[in-house]
Amino acid sequence: MKDNSILVIVARFLIPLVMLFGLYVQFHGEYSPGGGFQAGVLFAAAWILFVLIYGLETGLRVIPLRVIYSLGCLGVLLYCAVGLMGVILGGRFLDYQPLLATPQAAQQAGIILVEFGVGVTVASVVMMIFLQFARRRAQSQAAGLELDQEQDRS
Amino acid sequence: MSALSLFNYWAVIGLMMLGYYCVIVRGNMVKKIIGLGIFQTSVFILFISAGKVLGGSTPILREGVSVYSNPLPHVLILTAIVVGVATTAVGLALAVRIQEAFGSINDDDLDQLGQEDEP
Amino acid sequence: MVLLVLLLVVGTAVVLTRDLLKATMLFAIYSLTIAGLFVILDAGDVALTEAAVGAGISTILILATLALVPAREHRQRGHNRPALLIVFVTGAALVYAVSDLPEFGSADNPVHQHVGPYFIEQTYPDMGIPNMVAAVLASYRSIDTMGEAIVILTAGIAVFALLSVPPRRRQRAPDAKTRSRDEG
Repeated sequence: MKDNSILVIVARFLIPLVMLFGLYVQFHGEYSPGGGFQAGVLFAAAWILFVLIYGLETGLRVIPLRVIYSLGCLGVLLYCAVGLMGVILGGRFLDYQPLLATPQAAQQAGIILVEFGVGVTVASVVMMIFLQFARRRAQSQAAGLELDQEQDRS
Repeated sequence: MSALSLFNYWAVIGLMMLGYYCVIVRGNMVKKIIGLGIFQTSVFILFISAGKVLGGSTPILREGVSVYSNPLPHVLILTAIVVGVATTAVGLALAVRIQEAFGSINDDDLDQLGQEDEP
Repeated sequence: MVLLVLLLVVGTAVVLTRDLLKATMLFAIYSLTIAGLFVILDAGDVALTEAAVGAGISTILILATLALVPAREHRQRGHNRPALLIVFVTGAALVYAVSDLPEFGSADNPVHQHVGPYFIEQTYPDMGIPNMVAAVLASYRSIDTMGEAIVILTAGIAVFALLSVPPRRRQRAPDAKTRSRDEG
């Protein structure tokens, strides 16, 4: 699809905008509608658009496979680490009070970190699910399984 | 109850029954997953419309707004949407594997293959 | 509202069409219309999530699956009368149950009484952030959000476990009798 010039031009315009908008939604999620899930899904959608236009191998060179696998787990670990930090510093699990001095700043810091962890996990899991589906087509053709295409145009 | 309430709830029930029909009657697995999606989103409409306050506004604190809609159903449905897409992804992966192993994702064909296995 | 009628029409079209590609595109329209409905019902966060997830990710995943399975549905033989009866009975029971629900949108519903006003008033003094939904999600009820992040990670692991092994030869195939019945 990278020979089709309309698609290439529109993609070069849209993909950085969508990624930037995803980051905006992530970090501005406290003042406007947004937050972790929306940002993760937007970032993954930008990468999926890139893969649709330029191919899966190029997409995997931009964000390598190991990075996707490890970021998925690191997001949830960040969430649990923030929770355990509350326990270590003297409060309950996922208590943001002991993290910083003033109560409001502590809550805001906790919320930013937690939403970032959720956003990273959601983005990498959605990217991984898409690439598993996308690779299956090439693999099943290589293994010789043909598809039963019943093309009755009734 | 006013006509607006009745129309609201009955439309949601109509969508729910459409999704339910699609899940239990259609044999194709991908169609069933789409029907499950219709069912889930109709339940989301029910919850969000329960949280709305007429004359209120989006639950984000700002100048000039005094009445806010209830933020609690929004939180519940946010989690439910993400869990719904997780379920859809796993269901579609299962459909792909069944297609590769048995050659068909239709109920009737799979029943046929199951009956041939019995002695 | 007009959008609900549109949703009913699109939903009926999704159920009745036999071409799965058409059903997927109509499902994307359905999800985007529901996102618009959520904006009218004052749910900003939920509308953004439903537009991104329903019209974006769900559609892409179903399209990726349709590249791997046949994209047409088999013709249904006759109407399944017991199933229609069950659907009608369930619908009638739900319509009867809905008559007990409170009035749509009035400010003295039981939903808005106990915890809702507490969160609306206490969010800014406690946290200092304006977005009440994010505050409840990430701080007041943050264990639920941790559970949800773990659920989506588990879904990713499940898809990885199912699809990372390359396919082998097909084990069973539908015989010619099944295939010729569907062409009728």
